[in-house]
Amino acid sequence: MSLLSCEGVSLGYDGKEILSDLNFSVNEGNYLCIVGENGSGKSTLMKTVLGLHAPMKGKITTGDGLNRNEIGYLPQQTVVQKDFPASVREIVLSGCQARCGLRPFYNKEEKKLAASAMERMNITSLEKRCYRELSGGQQQRVLLARALCATRKLLLLDEPVSGLDPKVTVDMYNLISELNRKDGITVIMISHDIAAAMKYATHILHIGKTVFFGTRHEYAQSDIGRMFDAVENAQEGGDGNA
Amino acid sequence: MAMLNELFGYFEYSFVRYAMITGVLIALCSSLLGVTLVLKRFSFIGDGLSHVAFGAMAVAGVVGLTNEMALVMPITIICAVLLLRTGQNAKINGDASVAMISVGALALGYLLMSVFSKSNNLSGDVCATLFGATSILTLTAFDVWMCVILSIVVVAVFLLFYNKIFCVTFDESFSKATGMKAGLYNLLIAIVIAVIIVLAMNLVGSLLISALVIFPALSAMRVFKSFKSVTICAAVLSVCCSALGILISILGTPVGPTIVAVDIVAFAGFSLAGAILGGVRK
Repeated sequence: MSLLSCEGVSLGYDGKEILSDLNFSVNEGNYLCIVGENGSGKSTLMKTVLGLHAPMKGKITTGDGLNRNEIGYLPQQTVVQKDFPASVREIVLSGCQARCGLRPFYNKEEKKLAASAMERMNITSLEKRCYRELSGGQQQRVLLARALCATRKLLLLDEPVSGLDPKVTVDMYNLISELNRKDGITVIMISHDIAAAMKYATHILHIGKTVFFGTRHEYAQSDIGRMFDAVENAQEGGDGNA
Repeated sequence: MAMLNELFGYFEYSFVRYAMITGVLIALCSSLLGVTLVLKRFSFIGDGLSHVAFGAMAVAGVVGLTNEMALVMPITIICAVLLLRTGQNAKINGDASVAMISVGALALGYLLMSVFSKSNNLSGDVCATLFGATSILTLTAFDVWMCVILSIVVVAVFLLFYNKIFCVTFDESFSKATGMKAGLYNLLIAIVIAVIIVLAMNLVGSLLISALVIFPALSAMRVFKSFKSVTICAAVLSVCCSALGILISILGTPVGPTIVAVDIVAFAGFSLAGAILGGVRK
């Protein structure tokens, strides 16, 4: 039984299909990278997995004792959040909201959970700081800590490194990789960065005109994987000459 | 000192006490939700709704209802729900539809009032509804009790759902993804806003309600850094400004505009304080 599986799923909006007959499954401990061009439907796929959209066809099922509301989600930042007056602690705690149900306030256990998530992300010292005053990398850590409050099993990350500088990007990737290997959290990540996907992921889902799903090694051997690899290498060579 | 004595002398009159009680309560309620409205980029919805309430008031006057609230409240609530819906729908331009509804309600309201009104002081009536000129001084004990009860309900709802409101305001898609019924909470926010606006019409009139909602929240955001402190500060500030505004207005200025003027001064003060504090921190 896999943690999450998509069978014959078709995606789209406003009656227009952008992806059809998608099949893949994610097992516990996997690190799946979803890559593809802009507009290929990566974010739509993620929103469908999260249950924010209904798939046009097919079904998405969760297994292995995973409930739909036990998925930790790191969305792309919105305009609203850029100047939101909230302390780091308030935001991380809000990740526990799903556990509360109708209970109006957080209990001790949830506060402890938030504290340990902050420690895990090395942001305990920022606890009282205002979210809008943090750097991009710190903000992503805060949102990741919030996602950790919502799950111990599956994290969905929507372009977690967009807008971060190269050093912080590497830190972020290492952190996510650590969560996957040490804490055993299954990761599904949307990325533009194929090189990073090849380095960290165990499985790759490439969507677009051609669809590929398989392990990282199978991807490296496939036509589409080789094509992207060639592009990446060419770019790196170009940079070296410049 | 003589002036203070004179001021306190006014509290002998029940209508002054009524005005003070309702004024403070309305200020408290409007500021609580103000933070959420400003952060969700819904400031204009408050404005649009107040115009809808004006239109509904005109209809109630024409029909000859003795208790206008019975009609104004449901209409405003329905419009609040509709406006929040369209705000989320990408197909219809949110702010355009708000503008359309608010201007439409304003025009129809005035049209109805001028065609059907039996009063011989039409412009006075309209002015009172728009700027709240005297309505707060003519409150009955029933109005005050109504206001007290609704305020308690609003504050209770806000406290009980505080964490959920925060969650939905900060990140709607995250809260939906973790299984919260974000749509339901948006609906709740819309209804509470409508209730507050209908209440506030008595105090500052329908044109100036947005000021009560927006100014305290924006002022607090200049200085404070967490959602909790911003909310508390906005509530305290709003109550103080309204109380001060009502006191000043006893000396002969119109109530609504005086309160808003005090809010503006407070905003200027907080902006300055925020700039100085920001400078020190850097």
